[in-house]
Amino acid sequence: MADITETGVQTATATNTATNTATAAAPTRPKKRIKWETVGDHAVLIAGALLMLVPVYMILASSTHEDILIHREGLQFFFGDDGLENYNAALFEYGGFTNSVNGVTMLVNSMILGFGFAIGKIVVGMMAAYAIVYFRLRFATFAFWMIFTTLLLPLEVRILPSYEVIQQMNLANTYTGLILPLIASATATFFFRQFFRSIPEELVEAARIDGAGPVKFFIDILVPLSRTMIAAMFIIMFVFGWNQYLWPTLITTDESLFTLVRGIRQIMQAYADGSSTPEYGEAAALAIIAMTPPVLIVIFFQNWFVKGLTESDK
Amino acid sequence: MKRAAFGHIGFPILLLIPQIAIIGIFFYWPAGYAVHSSFFLQDPFGFTSTYVGMDNYTRLATSSNYLDAAKFTLIFTILVTFFALAIALLLAVKADKVIRGAKSYRTLLMWVYAIAPPVAGLMGVMLFDQSRGNITQLLGMMGIEYRLGVNYWDTASAMISVSIWKQIPVNFIFFLSGLQAIPRSVREAAMIDNRSGTARFWDITFPLLAPTGFFLLIINITYSLFDTFGIVDTIVKSEPGNNPMTLVYRVFVDGFRGGDLGGSSAQSVVLMVLVLVLTIVQFRFLERRIHYT
Repeated sequence: MADITETGVQTATATNTATNTATAAAPTRPKKRIKWETVGDHAVLIAGALLMLVPVYMILASSTHEDILIHREGLQFFFGDDGLENYNAALFEYGGFTNSVNGVTMLVNSMILGFGFAIGKIVVGMMAAYAIVYFRLRFATFAFWMIFTTLLLPLEVRILPSYEVIQQMNLANTYTGLILPLIASATATFFFRQFFRSIPEELVEAARIDGAGPVKFFIDILVPLSRTMIAAMFIIMFVFGWNQYLWPTLITTDESLFTLVRGIRQIMQAYADGSSTPEYGEAAALAIIAMTPPVLIVIFFQNWFVKGLTESDK
Repeated sequence: MKRAAFGHIGFPILLLIPQIAIIGIFFYWPAGYAVHSSFFLQDPFGFTSTYVGMDNYTRLATSSNYLDAAKFTLIFTILVTFFALAIALLLAVKADKVIRGAKSYRTLLMWVYAIAPPVAGLMGVMLFDQSRGNITQLLGMMGIEYRLGVNYWDTASAMISVSIWKQIPVNFIFFLSGLQAIPRSVREAAMIDNRSGTARFWDITFPLLAPTGFFLLIINITYSLFDTFGIVDTIVKSEPGNNPMTLVYRVFVDGFRGGDLGGSSAQSVVLMVLVLVLTIVQFRFLERRIHYT
């Protein structure tokens, strides 16, 4: 941080480096004293920003080139003029073993997964949190622990048995089988519980005095009050759902149910075969299509997103 | 529970039903199933299963493949956690410091959060590709021969780099919000007491960030263990072979490729215990954190 200099006693304190001479004057806004230090800070930040940006930029630039050029020279730094062709192929050309899937199908499936997961999780979570926080239930503690144990074990840990269960229920290759097991974790419930607990009790007392029942209180007071929280949670959950990989890989073998992120796996397998020149341009285009919606959401709603992320874990 | 709670019985139960049903069917049933099948050995076609006691577990403990994966996971987790935290902390401290462009830097450093791990893995494969990867070529110019998918540690370093890259944004967001939560008065007092930026960082800022750091430590360990599946899978191009793999990837390979339900379930149970221990540590710490602030 830029060293502090008090406007009035600037020269005196600046020359005198003894640590506690400055205590006499009231500290004001820190000012840049040595310019190159700030320059150094910016240099570090720019380097960090480039580290994040450049790989994605290269994929973006490469998505506008021919496969053969990328095959020979690797990812490109400058834009070419095969962009339209690549994106057209990635979005509209049918592929896979059964020729039943194209980019648009996958985009729609990703949307269904993202929205279905986010909405499902928020609705189920808010209802459960409401029940736990606002009602006198004898088994509330038990329900609480039963629900919150699920926070401990991610789906990846119980992946094979979950798959077996879905098979037994005949839910493989259905949206239900894709979405419901992912909802079986209490992150949203926990988040809303924390939030509801922070709402002043006078509110529910006042509502009761005015004759509002639990349903009315929930719909007319609690839900509108939670708008920001719902938005924050929605963004996080949408991105989380959209980016799911392992579970969709297992549960959807029917290609018409593939999501974009699941589609990446098909690309990799074609890549591994090595029989013909892999369609690098199309693959890069698909990667860009797969990342664009969640990236835009995070960038445009970043204040909600950061709020949701940092507050969900307190 | 709130003091002024509603007295109804039926309505809250109705509210809880969806949540309880979903976690019952998709959490407790599979989790129980995993524990159960870890004590059985299935025949390859899944028709019969025999109770084998702890056999699946002893098989794990003596399997060199599994122990290799465990060793690799440990190294992988340590490296990913350390570098993802260190780089993010450096960036957050700088981003907290600058006045000009602070918001733009925040955006530029966090948006990668939204990229799916396998998409990041795909980028990694293209950059590190054995013959045409840009980083491979760069290393070649420096006289380093880099062979992704052939040399164990070359593949491992690609996995590690991509995993670090993908995790920096989350850590950055938390560190930055932790830094911004440090009261102005504390910062000013520190500035008066100590003019050296470095000393001030280690004496004041770092201890105050410790709760955030500890929380992130757990988050990063869980990330390295589980969420990197997509990165590992894309970098080995779904062909594990002799490539390095993490424990979760082994669960997948043994269970779905090898058809070894018992062994895979035993591995799941081992991971469950691991996560349980981590969480208990986290909760114990979080309890202490309340007194702390």
